[in-house]
Amino acid sequence: MADLLLRLASDRRTAGLIRRLGLPTPVRLARVAGGYDAAPLAGRLVVYGAAPGGFAEAALRQAAEGAGAHCVTGLSEGQAADTLLFDATGCRTSGDLAALHGFFAPKLRRLARNGRVLVVSRDPVTLDDPVAAAVARGIEGFVRALGKEIGRRGATANLARLVPAAESQLAGLVRFCGGPRCTYVSGQVFRLAPATAPQPGASQLAGKIAVVTGAARGIGAATAQRLAEEGARVVCVDVAAARDALYETALRVGGLPLVLDIAAPDAPSALAAFLRDKTGGVDVVVHNAGITRDKTLANMKPELWDAVMAVNFAAIAAIDAALLAGKVLHDGGRIVCLSSVSGVAGNFGQTNYATSKAALIGYVAAQAPLLAPRGITINAVAPGFIETPMTARIPLMTREAGRRLNALSQGGLPRDVAELITFLALPSSAGLSGNTVRVCGLALIGA
Amino acid sequence: MPTALPRRVAIVGANRIPFARSNTAYAQLSNKTMLTDTLRGLVEKHHLQGELLGEVVGGAVMKHSRDWNMVRECVLSSGLNANTPAFDVQQACGTGLEAAILVANKIALGQIEAGIACGVDTTSDAPVAVNRGLQRALMDLNAAKTTSAKLKHLMRAINPKHLVPELPANAEPRTGKSMGQHAEITAKRYGITREAQDALALASHQKLARAYDEGFFDDLVMPYHGLKRDNNLRPDSSLEKLAKLAPAFDRNGGTITAANASPLTDGASAVLLASEEWAQKKGLPILAYLVTGEVAAVDFIDEREGLLMAPAYAIPRMLARLGLTLQDFDFYEIHEAFAAVVLCTLAAWESDEFCRTKLGLPGALGSIDRSRLNVKGSSIAAGHPFAATGGRVVATLAKLLAEKGAGRGLISICAAGGQGVTAILER
Repeated sequence: MADLLLRLASDRRTAGLIRRLGLPTPVRLARVAGGYDAAPLAGRLVVYGAAPGGFAEAALRQAAEGAGAHCVTGLSEGQAADTLLFDATGCRTSGDLAALHGFFAPKLRRLARNGRVLVVSRDPVTLDDPVAAAVARGIEGFVRALGKEIGRRGATANLARLVPAAESQLAGLVRFCGGPRCTYVSGQVFRLAPATAPQPGASQLAGKIAVVTGAARGIGAATAQRLAEEGARVVCVDVAAARDALYETALRVGGLPLVLDIAAPDAPSALAAFLRDKTGGVDVVVHNAGITRDKTLANMKPELWDAVMAVNFAAIAAIDAALLAGKVLHDGGRIVCLSSVSGVAGNFGQTNYATSKAALIGYVAAQAPLLAPRGITINAVAPGFIETPMTARIPLMTREAGRRLNALSQGGLPRDVAELITFLALPSSAGLSGNTVRVCGLALIGA
Repeated sequence: MPTALPRRVAIVGANRIPFARSNTAYAQLSNKTMLTDTLRGLVEKHHLQGELLGEVVGGAVMKHSRDWNMVRECVLSSGLNANTPAFDVQQACGTGLEAAILVANKIALGQIEAGIACGVDTTSDAPVAVNRGLQRALMDLNAAKTTSAKLKHLMRAINPKHLVPELPANAEPRTGKSMGQHAEITAKRYGITREAQDALALASHQKLARAYDEGFFDDLVMPYHGLKRDNNLRPDSSLEKLAKLAPAFDRNGGTITAANASPLTDGASAVLLASEEWAQKKGLPILAYLVTGEVAAVDFIDEREGLLMAPAYAIPRMLARLGLTLQDFDFYEIHEAFAAVVLCTLAAWESDEFCRTKLGLPGALGSIDRSRLNVKGSSIAAGHPFAATGGRVVATLAKLLAEKGAGRGLISICAAGGQGVTAILER
């Protein structure tokens, strides 16, 4: 998993050489150990602003100050901004969009390494005026392009799309997108709807039960650990072949190991029974387990197609049905499905995998309104190139390409995906449902 | 009947891996690996993930020095709550049963609600130690303070004869005789014939094979590293085949052969014990109760008593304590270290002279109904991974009693050093 280029580019003695060779020069990305504390933005200088006529500026400022940030409207001489927050909900005409240029252009050179940008817009589908809707949609393009420009410095930019009256939901999102934990998530859209959400804070998952499938290694293990850091008791699920690693993960995170093949016919009922009997139900379900069986479609045997569909998609739907039927998943619960950039963009040799992962994008969108009455949210995260034992087996040149073809010029870590999953699993994220969020360092491929 | 323990102790679950002859299926596995996997099997079967148990007690007879805290290490990897305490015990072949008695006693006294007794052994991964001379030199080197003293001890350590390692020996330290040689002497004393021993060995294989065929072990033994049954099992053996083998310990008229003795074996076992309330709360079925245990030792120097005859002393004491007779049992589990040991023990109890002079009883304890002896086979067929045998026997007997519905069973396990560990189960 060692990224040699990252090491050479971050070392003062070799950085110049790497630059002269014309190679990408990735920076060391900011990450945070442990769980959220009460003031996760403490020590950060946040510059905020708004297009005239917007309604979210106060909520943005309040969210940042509530998280411990020092908020200003302009930078004085020699200051660098850690986070830029901009309320673009006032943009209704193409002329209004100039406010984006006016706010960001002078500040970008003074955005710190690993800086963060969060823009807030209206949700185009809620706007009757076609021009206003187009303007709101246009802001998404701006954020993605901005993310590609600032990625060289390890900075990320994201967009919050507000359904009216959802401003209060910004509190949690500002802590994530405006702070260091948004390491590998860039150019993404978070659609926020009104909800009754608790104020974000420390140890939000204390007393909660989480289940993570595929928890033995990689993203699953990192997610189990990350959820445990927020106080959750984690049921770690994996197949018998991964038993040793599974038990190690469970021991490390103080969770419960459960050996289960999620694609087995009786797996949903077995998992539901285990959770009901052992932990009195579950609050957070992370569908992380997945397999690849790569072949070009012409060469793909039906078994390869079936195996991928069974594990990556059918098992998830069946498990959710079992957990929802008996109310094993508590009201106010959280479901997070692991999709993939392959599902977003398609990938050579992965027709089966891409189908299953794209299906999950549709699944969370369709489930979200059905689960809303019970206060349950469901979202998907779509990882790009993540440094895991799985990607370590990709041939060198393909691996190098996968690693560099994103705005941050490096692969993400399992921890980065776990940060996004954990954010979506928090009680304070009640306003987020039906979203698919990529954690790909703003990969150059994909929609 | 006077109860032996202040509170009833239930046997509520058990798991073991198939036993494997030395240097076969488990040749590359360590004690720690086998015991960890066995505990995981128990945890998974009974949904004990995250459970805080009172204590886990177990051990191994052949143990590497690095495994000084073996059971606790295994518990940490077992899926149980990491706060579950554990300790190692070692009482030679009695280790597994002694562990069960220790756990049962703590439950009976109300000190704990539930615990696991376990044991493991491998003769494929034996603790080979450095030469005693080298070990002394290294200790002195470690203790030396001055450079010259260090140099001196270093020179002393470098000596070709130190390359000879210290191997664990299958011999009694006090007599220099192997266990088989001792058993041969005792067999002669009681006039146990080769034919009787071979017949008992054959029966052991046949009964174990039938038990597997009937599915008796389906919920007691988990598949492991390609094995579903103990690989020492020879269901198609015959008296003729057994009769062909040469004596293993005494070329001149010896009666003990490789086939009527238990082989060197690798394996592990675990038994879950609990108070009745705990078992009820967890919804676990009570297979049987562990009523009491009794341990004895004999002076075997110069064969004043047979090395493996201690159970013949422990059991009468235990019977007297509970006001029972030898015939009050539905099942007898007498560990087949050697077929001769089982037959010598029974012969001793049938002997007026032994019972009067050695046990101080008015007369012989009498015979047992042989059809109730080791009904699902024993160590000659299953193999004998020293510390794992106790768990195998307790689990087998508990399930026998559970299937019968009500009854009582007796366990006898002989051990090195002239010791014997015994116990009574009932339901």
